[in-house]
Amino acid sequence: MREFDYRRAADAHEAVALLSGEPEARFLGGGTNLVDLMKTGVENPALLVDVRGLPLDRIEVAGDGALTIGATMTNSDLAAHPEVRHRYPALAEAVLAGASGQLRNMATVGGNLLQRTRCGYFTDLSRPCNKREPGSGCSALNGEHHNHAILGWSEHCVATNPSDMAVALAAFDAVVRVLTPEGSAEIPLADFYLPVGDTPHRETALPDGALITGVTLPAAPVAARSRYRKVRERASYAFANGSIAAALHVEDGTVRDVRIAFGAVASRPWRAREAERALIGGPATPEAFAAAADAELAAARPLAHNGYKVPLIRNLVVSTLTELQEAAR
Amino acid sequence: MTSTRSTEISLRVNGETHSLTVDNRTTLLDALRERLDLTGTKKGCDQGQCGACTVLLDRQRVNSCLQLAVAAEGRDVTTIEGLADGEELHPVQQAFVDLDGYQCGYCTPGQICSAVAVIEELAREWPSAATDDVRRPPAVSEEEIRERMSGNLCRCGAYVNIVRAVTQAAKNEQVNA
Ligand SMILES: Cc1cc2nc3c(=O)[nH]c(=O)nc-3n(C[C@H](O)[C@H](O)[C@H](O)COP(=O)(O)OP(=O)(O)OC[C@H]3O[C@@H](n4cnc5c(N)ncnc54)[C@H](O)[C@@H]3O)c2cc1C
Ligand code: SF4
Ligand code: FES
Ligand code: FES
Repeated sequence: MREFDYRRAADAHEAVALLSGEPEARFLGGGTNLVDLMKTGVENPALLVDVRGLPLDRIEVAGDGALTIGATMTNSDLAAHPEVRHRYPALAEAVLAGASGQLRNMATVGGNLLQRTRCGYFTDLSRPCNKREPGSGCSALNGEHHNHAILGWSEHCVATNPSDMAVALAAFDAVVRVLTPEGSAEIPLADFYLPVGDTPHRETALPDGALITGVTLPAAPVAARSRYRKVRERASYAFANGSIAAALHVEDGTVRDVRIAFGAVASRPWRAREAERALIGGPATPEAFAAAADAELAAARPLAHNGYKVPLIRNLVVSTLTELQEAAR
Repeated sequence: MTSTRSTEISLRVNGETHSLTVDNRTTLLDALRERLDLTGTKKGCDQGQCGACTVLLDRQRVNSCLQLAVAAEGRDVTTIEGLADGEELHPVQQAFVDLDGYQCGYCTPGQICSAVAVIEELAREWPSAATDDVRRPPAVSEEEIRERMSGNLCRCGAYVNIVRAVTQAAKNEQVNA
């Protein structure tokens, strides 16, 4: 590992000031992704600015019911928070479906949003990877890719975003709050993760040196009836092969409001807008749920070894929406 | 900016304060084992994947292999060496002995530190992925314990007795609380 300087920031402005003008500097949250990548040599920062101690470790509830989750709040504290458990249960479930108790105690909300892909070639310095080394090629496209993308990929990169938390945030129209030397800004999560295109190394719309200060969830009554479902290769402590965050509000058998997002299918959490459009105003039946899933998955382009993800996601849509509807009766 | 590739830190470990200068790259795990000679905490994967290195940081369980020592400055560390009260084992240690919760013992310090924190997390009514309804307090059940302990792997496969030991310790704690 390369040697590095270490600084602690007392407040958000100081954190941004410490990082500005230092292209090789990184913020340090819980370190559960960054320290790991520094050990493997994927990340080689010259300076770490520790933000764990910033007073951004809590949830604020606005008058209109919106929640602002501080960026340095741990994943554990987020999932245990009563407002999250009661009003956005799918978010608590998504966070709890990720990593382990130990890691969730360390991991922060900001770090979770920026965690890197688990594509094996990304951390194998001996293999080409456009995300790690732009222009070197994509080893996964014709290599080991059974857990790679089926939606939105390009021939430059077929990796997925591994975050469970971000899937629930995508379903609930979260907005990422950031601080730069120029001031504060808000980036809707829908625009936060960039399309892959030919620049898979550029993953987010976060300006250089910007600090994530928090994430705002608009008030969403539909979210009170929501679920996160994750399918993986062992019962716990593994990344998803496919996941869904969904919320459903039905009146007299008609879908009035619905939110659906998929995980582990694309370079970003995949908000299923086509499926939502297909459902709104229509009947809440398993047939309608399946048709909506098909509408979304019409755009899927599975790779040679991950075709299983298409029926997996389809089944998750049907079973999760059916379960939400039955729970509401 | 002056370059500071190493830092003088003070670490409070098992109630005792240690002053040491660490290369910023040093993990808490390596500081404990190599600098403070506290070798009860084990290194398995060194990547956050096995839980052998679990310690308590401000009473919460963490993987010390991904925790930089410099970032733990000023925080309270408890390792397996700090759990017993003199000659009297911690109730979770006693449960592992009574119910045979180990074979080779390599994962055991991490299992026990993790279990101590699990019992506290249950007392605080933290939900887990095994909790049916996250709006409600979780039950103290084998299913909950199994999920909560999933960050601690055991190569010997002593899981059946580990789950028994932790469940028993958790239920005793519930009775005594
Ligand atoms: C064994 C293992 C299993 C895992 N399993 C899962 C899983 O199943 N599901 C899942 O979702 N995740 C999983 N994870 C990943 C885990 O969720 C992430 O590592 C964690 O959320 C990252 O948070 P952190 O605070 O530790 O980030 P760090 O490692 O500290 O930082 C990650 C990145 O974010 C940047 N950063 C941190 N905070 C800020 C900020 N406030 N503003 C701007 N930039 C910032 C850092 O510079 C760095 O680039 C797993 C990790 C491990 C090691
Ligand atoms: S899928 Fe992306 S991360 Fe994986 S090898 Fe290809 S370019 Fe690299
Ligand atoms: S050594 Fe830390 S998790 Fe394996
Ligand atoms: S007892 Fe041997 S690894 Fe767990």
